[in-house]
Amino acid sequence: MQSLDEIKARAEAAVPGAKIEIVPNPGPANQPSLLLDHEHAGAVALFLRDDPALKLDHCSNVTGVDWLDRKVSKKVKVKKVVDGAEKEVEESQEEFFPGYLEAVYHLFSMTLKHGPVVIRMRTADRAQGAQLPSLTPVWRSAEFQEREIFDLYGIKFDGHPDLRRILMWDEFEDFPMRKDYREPDDYEYEPTPHDEVLEKAKQHYTPRPQLDGAENLTAAQQ
Amino acid sequence: MSATGFHELEGAPPKAMNARIEGDLMEVSMGPQHPSTHGVFRMNVALDGEVVRKLKPVFGYLHRNHEKIGENTSYLGSMPYTDRLDYFCSMTNNWAYALSVEKLAGIEVPERAEYLRVILAELTRLQNHVSLLGFLLSDMGAWGTPLMYAFREREKILDLFESLSGSRMMCDYMRFGGCRVDAGPDWFARAQKIIDAFPRFLDEFEELIVSNEILIARTQNVGKLSAELAINAGITGPMLRASGVNYDLRKVDGYGIYPRFKFRIPLGDHGDCYDRLMLRALEMRESLGILNQAMKEIPAGPIMNPKVKVRAFKPPIGEAYGRIEGPKGELGFYLISDGGASPYRYRVRPPSFINLTVLEDLCLGHTVADVMVILGSVDIVMGEVDR
Repeated sequence: MQSLDEIKARAEAAVPGAKIEIVPNPGPANQPSLLLDHEHAGAVALFLRDDPALKLDHCSNVTGVDWLDRKVSKKVKVKKVVDGAEKEVEESQEEFFPGYLEAVYHLFSMTLKHGPVVIRMRTADRAQGAQLPSLTPVWRSAEFQEREIFDLYGIKFDGHPDLRRILMWDEFEDFPMRKDYREPDDYEYEPTPHDEVLEKAKQHYTPRPQLDGAENLTAAQQ
Repeated sequence: MSATGFHELEGAPPKAMNARIEGDLMEVSMGPQHPSTHGVFRMNVALDGEVVRKLKPVFGYLHRNHEKIGENTSYLGSMPYTDRLDYFCSMTNNWAYALSVEKLAGIEVPERAEYLRVILAELTRLQNHVSLLGFLLSDMGAWGTPLMYAFREREKILDLFESLSGSRMMCDYMRFGGCRVDAGPDWFARAQKIIDAFPRFLDEFEELIVSNEILIARTQNVGKLSAELAINAGITGPMLRASGVNYDLRKVDGYGIYPRFKFRIPLGDHGDCYDRLMLRALEMRESLGILNQAMKEIPAGPIMNPKVKVRAFKPPIGEAYGRIEGPKGELGFYLISDGGASPYRYRVRPPSFINLTVLEDLCLGHTVADVMVILGSVDIVMGEVDR
C-alpha cells in the first residue's frame, strides 16, 4: 500500500480545495491518520473508496472520541529586567487547547486486502450542536455506528438518512460517553400523576394532636 | 349490523384464501420477549398481509455502556468484562482485546501461548457454529432434537474450557503477552479425543439437516445478500463469505501464528440463508484441521512474556486498532492511551451489531416467518450488540 503522505498528496490533487493533515501516532502500533476538513470530507471519502490503487471499500470501525479542554504548561525561558539587569528567567506558560469531539474511521480494502487507513474529522467545539458530515452515503457500514456516536457523544451527522438514538431510549437527553458526563440520581425519574398522589399523602404525615378524646374512649370501655 | 360488515358478507362472492389484501400496512412489534430473537431484540415490522414491507431493528435493552466502564478501569480490569460481550465466545473476545493492547504497547507473545490461543479460538469457533446451527433449526420449528445434539457437543468443549480456566463461559483466560494458565498433557489428551470424535458428529448432523426438504424450502433463496452490498455495509465473518467474498482475517492479516497452518476458506455462492448455514458447517471442518495441526506442533516453553508488568500496566501514549476473525465476524478493539493506567478511549467493534445493518434489506419482500430464519442466520448475541 502507498504511504500516508502519498495518499494525502493524491487525494488533495483529486479533490481540489481539500485540506488534509496527517495526525501522527507516537505509539508502537504506528497507525497515523488523516484529518479531513468538513467541506470536502465526502469527496475525499469517495476518492479513497473508488481509487483503483486504494479501493478502501471496507469501512470497518467508526467511533467517536471526546477531547476535553486541555491546558499544557510549558517552561519557557524569558528575558526580563530584574533589578536593573537583564536576566534569563524560567517561567511556566500555559497553553490552552480548546476541546472538540472527533469521529474516527478505520478503512480497509477487501479487494486489495490492505489497510488500515485511519481518517478522522473534528468538530469545532464540544457544544450541543457539534456537526460533522456523514459518510454513510459512501460506506453503509457507518449507518449504525454513526447513530451510536450521535447517541453517546452528541455529534450530529449531516446527511445521515436515519439519525436517531440507537442504544439509549429516545427520551434520554444527555450523552453518556462524554468525559464530563454525570449520571442522574434516578434514571427512571419522570413526572407522573403519581407526584400529586404523593403530595396528598404528605397530609397524613402531619402530627396528630396529642389528645383527641380517643384515650378517654378506651378508658370508658375498660 | 352493517357496521361490522357481517350482512354484506352473506351475499358477496367468497374471497380466495390467498387473495392479496389491499389496504393499510399493519405494524407489528416483534420482540423484545420473543423466543427466536436470541435475547432482548425488537423489530418494528410493517406488514402487508404476511409480507414484510419495512423493518426497523430496535435494541439497547442490554446496554450497560461497556466502553465507559472500560475507560474507568485499568487495562487488565476490562479483560474479564470482555467475556460478557459475546458470552458464547469469551476466548476470542479475550484474544481480540489482548491483541489490541499488545499492539498498543508493543508486546511480544511466546510461542506456546500463541499455539494455546489458536487451539482455544478454534474450539470456540466450533462450539459457536454448532450451537448456531442448533438454534437456527430450532427457529425453523425443529424443536429440541437438533439443538440438544448441538449442545451435547458444545458441552464437551465447555468442559475443556472449565478444566483449563475455571469457568465454562466466562473464561478470562488470556493476558497481555500470553495466557493465564498452562494446559497439561492430560488436558491435551482429552481435547484430542473430542477433536477426533467431532467429524463423526458433523457427518451425522449434516446428514440430518443438509437434505432435509423443509430446511431447504425454508432457507434456499431466502434473505439473499449480494457481495456488493455486503462489502459496502461492512458485513464480516461467515455472513460475508457466504456471499462469495474471500475475506478471512486469519489469511488476510495472518495475526498470531495462523500463516503456519494449512486451511481453506469455504465460500458461498448465492448468499442466502442456506449458504450461511452450510458455510458454518464447512468452516467447522477447517477448524478441526487447524486444531489437529496445532495439537501436533505445540512446543514446550513459557506461556507469559516475563517483561510485561501485570500490575500497574501503563502503555505508552498512542493509539491502536487490533482485530481478529471472531466466529461472528471481525471483532476489533480500538484503544487510545494517554499514558495512564486506564485507556482514554476503549472501543469495541462488535461484528453482530454491524451485521444487523442489512437486516432490513434481507427481510424485505419475505414473510414474517422468514424473518426469524434470516435473523437466526445472521448470528447475533445481544450482549455484544447492546454492549
